[in-house]
Parts: sequence; C-alpha cells; structure tokens
Amino acid sequence: MGESTQTNPEPMRDSFQPSSFAFDGESEAAIPGILAKYPAGRQASAVLPLLYIVQNQMRRQTGSAWVPVAGMDEVARRLDMAPIRVYEVATFYFMFNLKPVGTYHLQVCTTTPCWLRGSDEVVAACRAATGIEGWGETSADGVFTMTEVECLGACVNAPIIQVNDDFYEDLDADSTKQLLEALRHGEPLKPGSVKGRQTSAPDGGPTTLTTLQFES
Amino acid sequence: MLQDKDRIFTNLYGLHDPFLKGARARGDWDGTKAILEKGRDAIVEEVKASGLRGRGGAGFPTGLKWSFMPKQSDRPCYLVVNADESEPGTCKDRDIIRHDPHKLIEGCLVAGFAMGACAAYIYIRGEFANEAKVLQAAIDEAYAAGLIGKDACGSGYAFDVFLHRGAGAYICGEETGLLESLEGKKGLPRLKPPFPAAVGLYGCPSTVNNVESIAVAPAIMRRGAAWFNSLGRPRNSGQKVFCISGHVNKPCNVEEELGIPLRELIERYAGGVRGGWDNLLAVIPGGASVPVIPKSVCDEVLMDFDSLRDAKTGLGTAAVIVMDKSTDIIKAIARLSKFYMHESCGQCTPCREGTGWMWRVMTRMVAGRAEVGEIDTLEQVTRQVEGHTICALGDAAAWPIQGLIRHFRPEMEQRIAAYKAGAPMRMAAE
Repeated sequence: MGESTQTNPEPMRDSFQPSSFAFDGESEAAIPGILAKYPAGRQASAVLPLLYIVQNQMRRQTGSAWVPVAGMDEVARRLDMAPIRVYEVATFYFMFNLKPVGTYHLQVCTTTPCWLRGSDEVVAACRAATGIEGWGETSADGVFTMTEVECLGACVNAPIIQVNDDFYEDLDADSTKQLLEALRHGEPLKPGSVKGRQTSAPDGGPTTLTTLQFES
Repeated sequence: MLQDKDRIFTNLYGLHDPFLKGARARGDWDGTKAILEKGRDAIVEEVKASGLRGRGGAGFPTGLKWSFMPKQSDRPCYLVVNADESEPGTCKDRDIIRHDPHKLIEGCLVAGFAMGACAAYIYIRGEFANEAKVLQAAIDEAYAAGLIGKDACGSGYAFDVFLHRGAGAYICGEETGLLESLEGKKGLPRLKPPFPAAVGLYGCPSTVNNVESIAVAPAIMRRGAAWFNSLGRPRNSGQKVFCISGHVNKPCNVEEELGIPLRELIERYAGGVRGGWDNLLAVIPGGASVPVIPKSVCDEVLMDFDSLRDAKTGLGTAAVIVMDKSTDIIKAIARLSKFYMHESCGQCTPCREGTGWMWRVMTRMVAGRAEVGEIDTLEQVTRQVEGHTICALGDAAAWPIQGLIRHFRPEMEQRIAAYKAGAPMRMAAE
C-alpha cells in the first residue's frame, strides 16, 4: 500500500482512500449487539466484526466491499484502540479488502483438493470470461475482481468459487462460464452445487441415513 | 460398518430441518437437564470412559482435556469452540454447523457445564458466512426456548453461547492463535506453557475443542460411554465424519466408524477411485498436514489415529484426499507448500523463512530444475523447520514434503533427469 513513511501523519493513504468514514444507521444498529458479546473492557474482541461492518457498509454505499483506512480509524475510535492495532489486524486477515473490489468478488480456490478436480480449468474460464489477467485485479467494467484463495473448506464439492459470501461448487469450465454470465446479467445462480447435488452427499443421492424417519 | 441407528449426525446432508423443531425430532435437547443433573464430574468421567479423542486433528483425549479445567476459579472460565475449519481437504464441521447446529449448541452447554464455563465462544472461519447465519439463527432459537441463557434448560445454570467470525487466516485454527484472534489481535500463536486451561481467553481458564468433538458429547451422555466405545477400535473409539475428495467417482462426506479400512471407505461410499483401485497413486489420509501414503500402504491401512500413525502418517481431520495415477504428485505437494507459505503467521523464523524456501525449491522440483542432491537438502531443511517453531504449522509444512520424499523419491529423481535430458515434461508446470 502506497509509499508511506513513519513521518507521514496519514499512512497508507492512497488516492482512492476516502477522507472520512462514518457508520450509517444500519451499521449503528448492529454494533451494540456485537459489543454485548464480550466482557467489559474486552471490546477489542469486536475488531473483526466491526471491520466486517465497515466492509459491508462500503458494499451498500459504493457497490464495492472494502475497508478504507478511514474506516479502520473509526473502528479504532469506537473500540478505544490505537489505530495501528486495527491496521495490523486489517492487514493480517485475508478477507478484508484493502482497496476497492468489483461488484462480484470471485474468490477462486486452487489448493490441492480443488486443483485435483480441475481448478486450472475454472481459473482459465474465469480469465476468459472476465478478461482479468492477474490475481487481485478488477475487470475494466468494475464488475469482477479475481482473487486466488486458499482452501475454502468445501473440498468434497471441489472445485469451488466463492462469490462475495456465496459458495458455488462442483464447477467445471462450462458451468463457470454460465455462472459468470449470470452474474454479469445481475442474476446470480442459486449458491451451492451447480450440478444440483444434495450438499456433500455423493452424486446420485445419499447412500447412508436412508433408513431413518423423523417426525416433526 | 456403521448402521444408521448408530450415526450421530443424522442430518449430515441437510435433507431435514436444521432448526429447533427438526433438531428435537432428531433427538437433540432431549433430557438435557437430566444430563446436567448428573454433575460436572460425572459428565467428564463419562466422556473420558467413552475414549473420545479430539476430532480436530491431534486426537487428544477430550474428557482428559476437560478435566484440566480448575474445579474452583475466581475468574470466569470459557469453552472455546474451534470452527475455523481450514485444513485443506476438510469440510465436515461445515456440515455440522449448517445442518445440525443444535447438536453443537447443546454440546456447548454440556461441555461448558462439565468444565465450569460461563460461556462458549464459537470461532467460525470467515468464509463460512452463510453457515454462520444458520448457526446464529439456531443460537437465537435456543435462547428464546430457554435452552441456553440465564437458566439453561431449567437447570439453574447460566450459560451463554456467542458466535465469532474469523476473517481468513488458517493460523487461527491453532488454538492459541485462535485465542489471540478472539481477543482482537493478529492470530499469532502463543508459547505453551501456560496452557489455555490455566491462562486462556482473556487470561482466564479456557478449553479449546473442535466442533465435532463438542457436537458428539450429548450423544455420548445419552447413549453412554459403552455404546461409543463399542464402535471403532480399541483406543480409537466411536464414529467420525470422513471427507473424501480428489480423484474418486463420487466425492462426499460420510460418518463411519474409526478403523474402517481406507479402501472400503473409498469404494463403499465415494464410488471408488477414478479408473479403479489399481489406478490409485496415493492418498493424503487426514488433511494437508499429514504425510502422503502410496497405494501399497492404502491397500491395507485402517482409518484411525493409531493405525495411521504406525503408517508414518496421521488421521488428522479424517480428510481423505485421493490421487490417481494421472496426478503430478510433486505438483500436488508443491501446492500444499504454497498454502503453508501463504498461511505462516511470520512469527517464528524457521517457519516464516522455511515455508517460502521449501515452496521455491518444490517449484523447481516440479519442473525438475534441480540437482538430485537437493532432494536431501530439502529433506534436511524440513527437519530444521519441524519442531523448531511455536506452533505446529512448521511441522505441518514439513510433513507433506517428507512424505513425498519418503515414498516418491524415484519420481523426483526421474523429473530431474528428464529436465537435464531436455525431454518434454509430462504435465509440465504452467
């Protein structure tokens, strides 16, 4: 981020950084419930949840889910933390976007279980459909950002792309192309297996838990 | 072979209602008050007697871990549930959280009560945003029904359950890194001792358990230690959710007894290896951290803690990653090296520098752009990283490479020879 120096009073302040950030009504409404989870004097525990609040508010307000430095400063003020403590958290955790991202953040898993099931083809299909060359880049139209992510934890449904908060599973080149087409038209597909598989059950349906009946 | 009547996670695939009405129909929250009335010590003893070993990877006896919590404490005590499921290959806790959340919440109460905790913090990985919504809705239901809260299940015991989302750091699955993260800091693992049972969350006595370990506790209390012990093998009791991924015809999660032969697990539930058993090259049997085993070991090995340890690998999280003969095994392991480089917290020099060094050398090994002697150097460096770091991430980065060299050294040498001869590479690196 930027070429900051220790004497710069506003470190990490790139041109895309807004000069201020204030929580909106929806964010304010969520904060007390978050703070109530942690013991008195331990409000720093709320730093991850509040950074999520900032990122989600930016999505609502600008269409791009990211955490500006001014947002980190506001979190620091709310939690009575030194700003540097918030900066180091925001930069340590991979899910906080430190610069604007596209409307749809394609988080493509390429770790071994996805790679074995063809994540290379999924990556190629993403590149072809979005025109994005490198990881972390955003398409010219601002619709897509493509990030390489480590294991998403849905390996029996590999390969997987996480789009914003939703997992799309059991992908191949064709279904990836269809997924991105649908997103481009602003009509996201139903999350989960694109093959219509029942979650983590084997293809064709469960072979266990078939003898149980529940009355509800 | 495990029968449906002995399965604990009866909504593993999400065919039924995950919420309270459905959960009660499946037997959750049935007589929880009576379980608590048995008393702290009785619960710990029952779980000890069941032989339950931690389902997060290390396999430490769960009841014993609970017994380390102080009997009397002037500070609050906490149960911390590790739902930061991030070990490559592993996706079992996700199913428990999204399809059977009340098993976890009831388990929190039973386990939390047994260790004298006032609250449970469930730390769920950030990527599981939708799963977190389901779990939070289930927690809200449990409060509204009086199952947790000021008078949990009418027992007079006050117990809170809080959900906390991580934000994309594998290292927070390490228990002390998790505690640091929960306190609002970078997830840098702590030196042990002191252990969390003495100095844990907010400096208070704490126990960190995996989701699955906690979620099976109510079933053990209802059906008894003897029932749990009758499943599995000696010292490896009970059932376990296995995740079978990679080159199988039907990847899936399935709950089975510990000790099931690996071959039976793959063939009965996952539709077999692509192209048949003889097309098998190797399996990583317990998530990315455990060493790979070749087909010759897979033919006979049993899926439990001790059998896999004897095969110089581990049960880990029971995430079975299957690779058929089309796999570039060097590249498969090199990708794991990249994973560990990405996820090293950077605190300890051997891991911070070693994971990057190992990945760079592994990248050359994939292309064959190396000297044969460097295989030994690589092996020696893994030994320098292993055991020389605060947490086990350094070990986890070392073991896959050690497994590769142990079983696939001829492939590595062949790759180097082919590069030297200028031969076209089979499945060259991109």
